[in-house]
Order: sequence, then C-alpha cells, then structure tokens
Amino acid sequence: MDLNLLWFVLLGVLLTGYAILDGFDLGVGMLHPVAKTDKEKRIMMNSIGPLWDGNEVWLVTFGGALFAAFPEAYATIFSTFYNAFYLLLFALIFRAVSMEFRSKRPSRFWRGAWDKAFFVSSFTATLLFGVAVGNMMQGLPLVDRVAANIDTGNRIAERWISEGTFLELLNPYALLVGFLAVSLFVMHGSIYLYLKTEGDLQRRVHDWIWRTFGFFLIVYVLTTIFTLVRVPQAVYNFEHYPIAWVIVVLNVLAIANIPRAVYLGRPLYAFISSCCTIAALVFLLAIAVFPNLVVSTIDPAYSLDIYNGASSQKTLGIMAVIALIGMPIVLSYTAVIYWTFRGKVELGKFSY
Amino acid sequence: MDVEILSRMQFAFTIMFHYIFPPLSIGLAWLMVAMEAAYHRTKEPEYEQMARFFTKIFAIIFALGVASGIVMEFQFGTNWAIYSRYVGDVFGSALAAEGIFAFFLESGFLAVLVFGWDRVSKRFHMVATIIVACGATFSAVWIVIANSWMQTPAGFMIEGEGLYQRAVITNFWELVFNPSSVQRLTHVLVGAMIMGSFFVLSVSSFYLVKGLHESLAKRAFKIALPVALFFSLMAPFTGHFHAEQVAATQPAKLAAYEGHFKQTGEGAPLWLFGIPSVKEERVKYGIAIPGMLSFLVHGDFTTPVPALDDFPPEDRPPVQIPFQMYHLMIFLGTFNLALTGFAAIQWYRGKVFETRWLLWTFVFAVLSPAIANQAGWIAAEVGRQPWIVYGLLRTSEGLSEAVVAGQVLWSIIMFGLIYALLFSLFVYVLNEKIRNGPEPLTADGTEHDGFLDVATSRADPASPYKLSGMREPSSDD
Repeated sequence: MDLNLLWFVLLGVLLTGYAILDGFDLGVGMLHPVAKTDKEKRIMMNSIGPLWDGNEVWLVTFGGALFAAFPEAYATIFSTFYNAFYLLLFALIFRAVSMEFRSKRPSRFWRGAWDKAFFVSSFTATLLFGVAVGNMMQGLPLVDRVAANIDTGNRIAERWISEGTFLELLNPYALLVGFLAVSLFVMHGSIYLYLKTEGDLQRRVHDWIWRTFGFFLIVYVLTTIFTLVRVPQAVYNFEHYPIAWVIVVLNVLAIANIPRAVYLGRPLYAFISSCCTIAALVFLLAIAVFPNLVVSTIDPAYSLDIYNGASSQKTLGIMAVIALIGMPIVLSYTAVIYWTFRGKVELGKFSY
Repeated sequence: MDVEILSRMQFAFTIMFHYIFPPLSIGLAWLMVAMEAAYHRTKEPEYEQMARFFTKIFAIIFALGVASGIVMEFQFGTNWAIYSRYVGDVFGSALAAEGIFAFFLESGFLAVLVFGWDRVSKRFHMVATIIVACGATFSAVWIVIANSWMQTPAGFMIEGEGLYQRAVITNFWELVFNPSSVQRLTHVLVGAMIMGSFFVLSVSSFYLVKGLHESLAKRAFKIALPVALFFSLMAPFTGHFHAEQVAATQPAKLAAYEGHFKQTGEGAPLWLFGIPSVKEERVKYGIAIPGMLSFLVHGDFTTPVPALDDFPPEDRPPVQIPFQMYHLMIFLGTFNLALTGFAAIQWYRGKVFETRWLLWTFVFAVLSPAIANQAGWIAAEVGRQPWIVYGLLRTSEGLSEAVVAGQVLWSIIMFGLIYALLFSLFVYVLNEKIRNGPEPLTADGTEHDGFLDVATSRADPASPYKLSGMREPSSDD
C-alpha cells in the first residue's frame, strides 16, 4: 500500500468516525421536537451534552488532514462549494450555541427559540452533508487546466477549476442522498436516544425507531436504484474488484439486523448495527469514487485523484507518523470518556 | 469592492471574533488548575466551589471558541484556494497535527471537566482539568507554528513550474522551529495567561466591590494576582525577543511598526507615539527618543536599522495600522504591569481589598489584555502584507478563482449578523452567570441541588433522578 492510498483510507476512517459519532448527535437534534416537556427536551440535549464537541472534532481533523494530504482537493472542493459550505458552517455554529445557551434562562420564548434553532440547524447540516456526498458521487464540471492546456496568464493559479452554481448542487440526485443522510442519522439518533432515556420518553423514542427505520429503508432503496441508473461510474470498481461486494453484503446484513435487534429488545446491538451501516455506506462511497477524490463530468482525464491531487511523499510520510502516534491515543481516551458518560442521562448542576 | 478586499475583511473579522475566546480559555484553564490544586492541598471546600463556578463560565467561552473555530479550519479552502494548493504540503501538516494532538484532547476532556464533577473522582477531575489546559495550549502551539511559517517560511523548497508550482516540505523540524515560532509562541502564551488572570481578577473584584461572596472572591483574587503580575512582567521580555527576531527576519514589518520611513544611515529613533503619514514619509505629532530603536535592535545608538525606503514600494507594508496597533499593545502592556504591580504593593501593605478604586479598575481592566492581544495580532498580520507567505506569495495571488465578490459579500454579511448576535448573547449570559455567582456549599463541602430541581424531580414520576437512582453528589467524596 503506498502513502497516497494510506491517506485515502485514513481520511475514510476520519469520515466514518465523524459520520458515526456526529451522526447520532445530529439525529438527536432532528428528533428533538419529539420531546414534550422541558425536562424531556433537556434530557435529549444532555444525552449528547458531553460528547458532541469531541464528535465535531472528527470533522475538523478531517478538514485538516484533507488539507495536508490532498491540498488540491481541499482547495477545489471548498471553493467550489462556497455557498453551500458557509450555509453548513452557519448551521454548525447555531447548533453549538443553541445547546450552550438554551437552558441558561427559564423564559419560554428563549428556550423555544433555541429549540427551533437546534432542530433546524441539525436538519440543515445533515441535509447538506448528504447533498455534498451526492455531488461527489456524480462529479463536478471540473477542468484540469494543465491537462486541458488552458493558459491563465497568472504566475500561479488554481489547477482545477469547476463552474457549478449553488442551485446546480441542489439537483434531484444530490437531494435524494441528502434525505438518505437525514433518514440514516435520525434512525441512528433514535436508537442512541433509546439507550440514553427511560420511561415515557423512551417509549415514544421506541416508536420513532420504527418510523425512522421505515423512512430510511425507503430512501435507501430509492437511492440504490437511482445510483445504478444515474451514476454508472459508481459500479466501475465493483466490476474490477469483486471483493467490494463483501461491503454491500455486510451493509445489507447490518441494516437487516437493526429491526431484528430492536424487536428482540437489544438496543445496544441495534446501535452497533446502525454504526456498521454508516461505516459500510462511507466505504461504499469510497469504493464508488476511488481512486478519484473529485470526478470530472467533462472528461475523466480531468478528474482529481489521490495521486495528482496529493502532497509530496515526504509530507504524506510525516503525516502518517503523526497519525500513527496520535490516533491510537485519541481512540483510547475517547473510549475512556464514553465509558465515563455511559448509562442513562442524569440532569445536574452542569447540564445544559 | 473586489474579492481580495472582501476576503481579507472576512478573514480578519472571523479570526478576530474567534480570538476573543482562545486566550481566555487557555489562561482560565491554567487558573482553574491552580484553583483545584489549591483545593487538593488545603482541602478547603471554597476552592472547589471556586473551580466549579469558573468551570461554568469556561464552558460558555469554550463553546463559542469551538463554534467560531470550525470556520477557520475551512476558510483557507473556501476563500484562499490558490494559497491552499500552493502551501498545503507544508502548512496543512501543522493544521492536521493541531487536530490530532490538541483538539481531540481538549474537547474530549472538556466533557469530564464540565460534566464530570459528580461522576468522577476529584483526582481524575483534576487530571482532566490539567489535560484540557494542556490541550488548549497545544492547539496554540500548532496554530502559532503554522502562522509563523507564513511569516518566516523555513524547511521547504519550491517545486515545479507554472500551475504545478508549489512549496513542498524538506525538513519538518525546520518548519516547526522556523525563525519566528518560539518567539511568537512565548509572547502569545504570555498574552493568554494575562488574559485569563485578568478575567479572574475582574470577576473577583466585581464581587468585592459589591460585597458578595467576599471570602471566595479574595481567595480567587490572591490566586490570580501573582499570575497576572508575573506574566505582565514577562510580556516586555518575550515582546522584546520577538521584536528582535522581526528586525532580523521581517525588517520591513519592524520599520512599519516603528514608523521608520527614511534611511539616514545613522541611528534610528524610537517613537513613543505619533501619527505616521505615508504621503510625507514621516511621523507627525509624535515624540521620539533618538537612536533608541538602534539600541533595542543592535545594542548601540548609531547602527542604522532598515527603513521602509530600503524596500521596493510594492513590498512595503501599510504603516498606519501596524504602527498604531503596535503602540497600543505596548501601551496596554505597560498599563497591565503598572496596575498589577501597584496591586501587589497594596497587597503587601495589606490594603488591596480596601482600595476600592483599584478594585473598580480591575473590574474593567479585563478589556486591556483582550484589546492588547487583538492589537498585537493585527500589527503582526497587517505588517506581513503585501505577502500572504512572506517573500513567497502575495496576498493578492492566494485567492480562490472560483469565488466571486457577491458570494464573499453574502458570507461577510451573514457572519456580521450571526457574530453580533452571538457576541451580545455571550456578554448577556456571562453577565447572568457572574451575577448569579458561585453555588452555595453544603456542610460536607459539595453543592446543593437547586431547590427547583429537587422539587420537580420529586414531583415528576418520570424523573431521571428517581428512576436511575442518581448517586448522591457526596457519594464519591
């Protein structure tokens, strides 16, 4: 395995970690209106209270690692998705502060406003993540100026340039993937909440597991069909590397195990299954685009891949050392912290 | 307005808003370590009460730091795409190291620090506080290294030509220990410690003048004042070493700081204050000490210091902003030192808590290090212009080509509205927290549950207090 491939895998790991961990956070945010009383609302927020911040660090580190390992991709993706990306950032900002500010005052108006902000920002962020994934699957109108012999006249310039507009990003396929993300995270969040709550709230959350699972299943099937029809290059790697079908099988098994585990009354297994579902979906995304980071819809030769978009071998090597020292430490103390906050939510002096 | 001005305004605005919070959280975290250490040494419950109180405030500061910090991680890509592709090989690794070594650490253990008071042992809690303080400091280390590389690039070479051209790393440790990183880092951390200690001084002075929580406030004051004095005393030294390095590595920037327009071939003066005029190439309405700048840089009064006219016009930084901000920082640093020095003398005479005007000054003096930290960075960043990476890449060359002015205008307006809202809420909630004050102690030294919480939990059959058999707060003491 060369360093470029290693970093493609490591970015996949960071993205998987982010999707699993912040996935249930965002899901809890979208389920928040299910809570009726103020106490229930606080329990829901505090179920993720100590954890959401650490979970969001996976996204920040993903951004830093993408910058370091594949700067061309970092530059191209974020400048192309400028508007969508700032909308996402504003949503994440509002999410963070709505949790922090909500319970600081007893006023009903104050709390109601922050509750709405929490729901809307969680939904917007999830939808935009999905829309971004949908666009990465389809590709962008990307031109490699060197390969296309376009002279910009500047001393230095962006090598890859894409001319998509914000509205083009919101195409039907991308929106469908957006709703796949919404349904997936809502389901994931409902199972997480089931583990964290008790009594009447838990019973209502239990009903929501079934509803959101049904919603997810429908969107999942639709997305699969739509992908096979609309994005033919997504199956390219499956034809050449049949081993990739293992992921598809595991994905289906993980999805099937969720209702089974819920039915048998084993929510922890259901949660693990939904974690595996998310991991498998990130894997499928990676297989669908590999070895590209951004697929060009104009000419496959203009695509930005893990070789022409990468940093030097030396940087990738240094970064690999940093990751190999850092990530095991991160994983072990993350485990300690999750262990510390295991069990049902308890509201105390320091709760939101 | 064009994309360059708008993108620079956006970066300046978002980073300045962000920078309200990190120095405060770094300094406050270390003071909370001191408070918990005082508790462990004396077993005096009031120190724990103090640490718990500042934890609540810390949580708000930290949350706003995170919320405004996510923006910074991605803004290089959105607005400065050419810069990102040009330097990503070198610059990106420092940013990624910050994520892996610092952000995970601080945000993970913040959970224990804020939510773990009644869940973990006091010893583990103290360890968590230390780790959060280290994590916050490490993140300063890596981001300052990244910034220092932009000021004094080292450990890299330029590879390729035309659209392939970019900086690639040759030596990681040369990048980390580039010529300005140690000097800048020490000065930044000293600034953060002054900020944190002045914040504790402000809150405790407020209680003292109002006659509230006096015993706790006096103790907090006595923890914070030595820290504030020590670091206010350190600031001129770290600042001096930093300025010496600027003189050696970015002489045009120093010339801008000092309003040193014309090369006379003789010793350069030091302006105490004034208004530089770029048009007339001189400082107006000011007072200068002849030869003093030469003395500070070279150790004698006659050796010339490079002036702005030693550089081609297109390489000269703006003068007005760096000059004024640099002098404002020095003025406020002197004020911090004088104030803490005087307070220490009053303390020695046993009169510090009776000197009401001094306490009132401390209530508002928290603004001084906050402004000084901002001013120092403005001087450093505007003084780096017209370069985004000094001597290598001009700011005008680093923009995203795919982004148009309308988009940046839209995002600036949104940031303006959102940050104005957040800042007013921050001040409001902070004020509420401070007015509410520390939670009262029970006989065994832990906090009571609020009356309402207890009452509702007993009345509510679905209460988590009842069903989960919540541990009594004192069970692990």
